[in-house]
Amino acid sequence: MSSAHATSTYVPKSRLAKWFESRLPLVGLVHSSFVAFPVPRNLNYFWTFGAILIAFLGIQIITGVWLAMHYDPSAGNAFESVEHIMRDVNYGWLLRYAHANGASMFFVAVYVHIFRNLYYGSYKAPREVLYLLGVIIYLLMMATAFLGYTLPWGQMSFWGATVITNILAAIPVVGDTIQSLLWGGYSVGNPTINRFFSLHFLLPWMIAGVVVLHVWALHVTGQNNPAGIPIKSSKDAVPFTPYATIKDVFAVVVFFILFAWFIFYQPNYLGHADNYVPANPSVTPAHIVPEWYFLPFYAILRAVPDKLGGVVLMFGAVLILAFAPWLDTSRVRSCNYRPVYRVFFWVFLINAILLGWLGAKPPEGGYVLASRLCTVYYFAHFLIIMPLVGLFETPDRLPGSILETVTGPGKQVSGAGLPAGAAAEPEKRG
Amino acid sequence: MRIARLAAAALVAASLGAGSALAEDGHGTNPPREKWSFAGMFGRFDQAQLQRGFQVYKEVCANCHSMRLVAFRNLAEEGGPGFTAGQVKALAETYKVKELNDSGEEVERPARPADRFPSPFPNDKAAAAANGGKAPPDFSVLAKARTYERGFPWFVLDALPFTGYSEQGVDYIHALLNGYEEAPKGFTMPDSGYYNKYYPGLVIAMPPPLSDGQITYPKNEAGQPVVPETIEQYSHDVSAFMAWAAEPHMMARKALGLRVILFLILLAGLLYYVKKQIWKKVGGEVHGLQPELHKTY
Amino acid sequence: MADEGPQGTKRDFLFLATGAGLAVGTAAVAWPFVASMAPDAATVAAGAPLDVDLTPIQDGQIVNVFWRGKLIFVRKLTEKEVTDMKAVPLSEMIDPAAFDTRVKAGHERWLIAYGNCTHLGCVPIGHSGNYEGWACPCHGSQFDAVGRVRRGPAPTNLPIPPYAFETDTKLKIGEEGGKAVA
Repeated sequence: MSSAHATSTYVPKSRLAKWFESRLPLVGLVHSSFVAFPVPRNLNYFWTFGAILIAFLGIQIITGVWLAMHYDPSAGNAFESVEHIMRDVNYGWLLRYAHANGASMFFVAVYVHIFRNLYYGSYKAPREVLYLLGVIIYLLMMATAFLGYTLPWGQMSFWGATVITNILAAIPVVGDTIQSLLWGGYSVGNPTINRFFSLHFLLPWMIAGVVVLHVWALHVTGQNNPAGIPIKSSKDAVPFTPYATIKDVFAVVVFFILFAWFIFYQPNYLGHADNYVPANPSVTPAHIVPEWYFLPFYAILRAVPDKLGGVVLMFGAVLILAFAPWLDTSRVRSCNYRPVYRVFFWVFLINAILLGWLGAKPPEGGYVLASRLCTVYYFAHFLIIMPLVGLFETPDRLPGSILETVTGPGKQVSGAGLPAGAAAEPEKRG
Repeated sequence: MRIARLAAAALVAASLGAGSALAEDGHGTNPPREKWSFAGMFGRFDQAQLQRGFQVYKEVCANCHSMRLVAFRNLAEEGGPGFTAGQVKALAETYKVKELNDSGEEVERPARPADRFPSPFPNDKAAAAANGGKAPPDFSVLAKARTYERGFPWFVLDALPFTGYSEQGVDYIHALLNGYEEAPKGFTMPDSGYYNKYYPGLVIAMPPPLSDGQITYPKNEAGQPVVPETIEQYSHDVSAFMAWAAEPHMMARKALGLRVILFLILLAGLLYYVKKQIWKKVGGEVHGLQPELHKTY
Repeated sequence: MADEGPQGTKRDFLFLATGAGLAVGTAAVAWPFVASMAPDAATVAAGAPLDVDLTPIQDGQIVNVFWRGKLIFVRKLTEKEVTDMKAVPLSEMIDPAAFDTRVKAGHERWLIAYGNCTHLGCVPIGHSGNYEGWACPCHGSQFDAVGRVRRGPAPTNLPIPPYAFETDTKLKIGEEGGKAVA
């Protein structure tokens, strides 16, 4: 946190604090990262989703650890132990519904976070590493969510596990070995649920580790902002505490209202009825679909008539995100100043939602055709539109400073944002 | 830009066309939506209805369908049918459960409130063998394990306050019990099974389980029936009972939810004003996407 | 300078040997972890050959059995299905296979095949689809009466497990040529 550290204004007061700080500058680190850290003053509410995501990582870990105290990860008992939690454990229903719906809320928040990043061009230089860490977190989240969904051992759990492990078998040469190592047998069974539980417990801690790196990278480059221009003077920024802190807390509480709505009034809305039927290896449910947050990728998988091709495109659809910083040729970050690309952004968003809807539909007739068109457009957005629009578009003129976007040009506001010199240039390029 | 718009329009058109073409594909009719006392944000189970529903389950359904996750004690627990502890004890004692005695032999003893409902068949294979190859489904969570597709835009409204709908499974069960009828002309019935317009696939192995007057409900003090003894009433009552069995803490959940959400709204309100106060010092802040704020000057 | 050559070689060798030793050690430590995830001894043992009595199976009926935790279809083909399946030209198939490669000589009324779709492992529904066989509910693949894929996305035919007929009415799954399959 080198450059952020430079802005630290923390001075230990007591002798004990001085003694400790000279041996481990932890308080200074926290102070420079979460108190004195300069935040662009024009951030809107889309920038609160980072805090919301951290809140949900915490909620998932805590409810998950508590559920693990009552859950039995075996093919014979898993379904019944989940019902035991629902029926007999005090507030067990609350823990389980919070965990199940918490996963969905986590993905709601991460999708807002990702699309905010795409709209405002936050992935561009100098934030590529920050962004790549985010893509890794997203991949880990998907793996964790998939593993967790298999644990209640209902029909959707079982068949979801079967379908996904069969996807891995499409990998040439090593696919069958990987599949067999995941199964621990000749099909999805008791060894599978055992190890999926173990991995489901492990991955969130890996997510937490990458989140630390993600936040670290954020504090090196500083935050992007709706104008997409760097902080140029102390008036462009406000200190993280109390300004961003209070805004984040407010946003988290508002988001919790949505979360509570699902827990208490629609706890099964985002799940599948078939998952209340115990796993049965001889019958596949009539409509097998993944959880809503995987639907766009599932639609891409099914759009391709070839097994390996479908698998390659599905993973490609996630991995192509990692190349966005180099596919986007525009020098302007924020879509607010990109009149042409802004339209394509919204088309891309609609296309992604359409793919999600198609992923929930049976693989027949017109749906397959529509999935194919949407899949082609999805990739065309990254491979054709992103590079070309950046080359040919004439962006609007950028404002002179962040302050100008808040107050209008030439106006003054009362009270400076940061102490003079505090907003050391956290951003080198721009 | 124009190409993108055209492409988007084409996609929407293609998918809408596909949607209408696939709407009718020979599955069962969608169940009608019934009124349930436990639906909605303030929904509560009707104790008398749950008691009647339990009677229907016990006298009719339990001959074939197990309910192996529900214990007798649950019948006396908060938010359920509201039987007294004494009633539950007496009820449990009318059932026999198997256990091992000290010499390791299997013996029968009267059930206790802590025991779960004994199943009609010793195991799934026996249940399947006695019922034409397919075990009758367990009832414990069946009300949550059945649903039907609502389609756009209903599935969006179903998630919202006041238009919310989460009783698809209960409605399906109720409809199924009322859905037996003569197969329409031109429909070829297989050798066994019954035509049921709400069953996906239309031919169900279960014979019509209920008939008018089949179960005698307790009378009121004047000796008059409290509710009609009809299939319609029986099916309502047993569906409600199954809704409770699938979600025994539903009332506690909804009551707690109201308090949590009101608390969060209050807290959010307070935080909003604190935040406003704090941001006043630097002249306020911006919200939303606001491309218009970013117009060049 | 002159004697640096041999000394350098000696040092390089020392470094290389140490590096190789560390690599071998790391691999040796990793091996038990990886191997422990493979099917364990009990699971492998549970894959002993399975006897199936064919007498109760009617013409056209499909019976599901499990061997090594995997679903296997045992299907008694009708005369018509046998005739139809023999008549399908190989050019119409995605994964061409002649009729007699799908059944055992002398027992051509019996199809024994794994019951998971070769696309992503769902169980296809019997007596449905357009080819007198199975249709998969997940992604729409269709198989004919002898389990040959006729409509994608499944890439290959339903695989045939190892099996042998002990008598005309007794089937042994997991055994081929009188020997159990490892």
